[in-house]
Amino acid sequence: MIEIRNLRKNFGEKKVLKNVNLTIPEGKVTCILGGSGCGKSTLIKCMIRLIDPNGGQILVDGKDITKIRSEVKMAAIRRHFGYLFQEGALFDSMTVGENVAFGLKYLTDVPPSQYARIIREKLALVGLREDVAALNPSELSGGMKKRVSLARVLAVSPKVILYDEPTTGLDPIMSDIISDLVLDLKAKLGVTSVVITHDMHSAFKIADYIAFLYEGEILLHGTPDEFRKTENPYVKQFVTGSSHGPIQMKLMRE
Amino acid sequence: MFNLFSQVGGATRMVSSAVFWTLHARFETRQAVAQSVTIGVESFGVTALTSLFTGMVLALQAGNTIGNIFGDPIFVGTIVAFSLIRELGPVLTGVVISGRAGAAVTAQIGTMAVTEQIDALYTLGTNPIRYLVIPRMFGFILTMPILTLFSNVFGVLGGYLVAVYALGVPGEVYFTDITTFMGVSDFMHGFIKSFIFAFMIATVCCYKGISTRGGAEGVGKSTTGAVVTTIVLILVLDYFLTAILTAFGI
Repeated sequence: MIEIRNLRKNFGEKKVLKNVNLTIPEGKVTCILGGSGCGKSTLIKCMIRLIDPNGGQILVDGKDITKIRSEVKMAAIRRHFGYLFQEGALFDSMTVGENVAFGLKYLTDVPPSQYARIIREKLALVGLREDVAALNPSELSGGMKKRVSLARVLAVSPKVILYDEPTTGLDPIMSDIISDLVLDLKAKLGVTSVVITHDMHSAFKIADYIAFLYEGEILLHGTPDEFRKTENPYVKQFVTGSSHGPIQMKLMRE
Repeated sequence: MFNLFSQVGGATRMVSSAVFWTLHARFETRQAVAQSVTIGVESFGVTALTSLFTGMVLALQAGNTIGNIFGDPIFVGTIVAFSLIRELGPVLTGVVISGRAGAAVTAQIGTMAVTEQIDALYTLGTNPIRYLVIPRMFGFILTMPILTLFSNVFGVLGGYLVAVYALGVPGEVYFTDITTFMGVSDFMHGFIKSFIFAFMIATVCCYKGISTRGGAEGVGKSTTGAVVTTIVLILVLDYFLTAILTAFGI
């Protein structure tokens, strides 16, 4: 379980996260919704200390990781997490296959003779053919990069996967395949997922819980049903995707 | 001013982290060898060419000036070799390595930083210090003294060509001038400098790369920043190193 308490993060004068409180239950899918630039990525990067927060606590299985100073101890915590980056973040000096196998060398005891099999399996899992393994990341489309990146995450079998907009840039069918994959990982392996998304269709399909991040705080945290029924005008506007509502008015006032 | 201190602080943390990971984690031998080869190959041609011509111009200037004063171009070999081995060899090689390999390192690590590849390293069980910085530091520190040696050889050779074919100095006189007046300490002088320059170039270029922010524009800024900083530091450090080494009799 991951518990976030009173989390704060500023970038210079800009207060991105003001006071975030959120509990992420084990073995469930939690979606984080919020407008562009509201700090969703900052929030999940704080969860594995890719970004250091300015204040507050992040408890991973009861241990406050914001207090960890040793890089070795932090690496030991991180090994249980997988992170799907927004643009894939594939290593462009390596082939797709080398990218997928990269974590195996550092995070697992899998012998190198098994790498080819794992690469093949994980690429198949995200709907890519085996021959993609020989390509360079620069030869892939945006959607393919994202899928390779997901294969790289899956290769090391993490307990928790943080997804930074997994379906953005994918066609509707591929988006649905990724959504199914998230559900599949939960069902078969009990993987905990935290998914940042704008894709309401996918969020309602996969989420056990949804959190709505607005102006540096969690405005609503509940089940998809609670989100559908909410009367909160901010959340309602976001869920329905309307250009009319308090969020726009707020923007206009600024 | 604050910015300068925070950068020096950041670079110092990076170096101490590099020392820590060198002692506590598996060394990335393949990466280190690949980096050494890349840095060496990238910079060899330009180093050889610049050193050859520097040696030639040194011989020409020295020969003409001494010829005008004493009537004969004497001690051309001594002047060329002294200038090259103690000063210009390490300095020229440093400048060339900064511009070729140093810029490439900053641009590559900088691009990795702005495309979240550095973050990806953390999430996949390693970190940029272990995987990127240490192999590159090793690459610079290993290749720079070797390239400096080549630079000296090419410079002395350039001086020889001009001395013999343009100034009419007999070849054996040119080399005797070098061997009579130069000792091991002169080589050590240049050698120590080349190590220190290599360490400085590696530190500045890797740090500028890792701390890159702000997309393509950021990568451009870091790369130019790295090259300018290293070249200025080479020239400034060179003076102080000469003063210190000479004080120690090297």
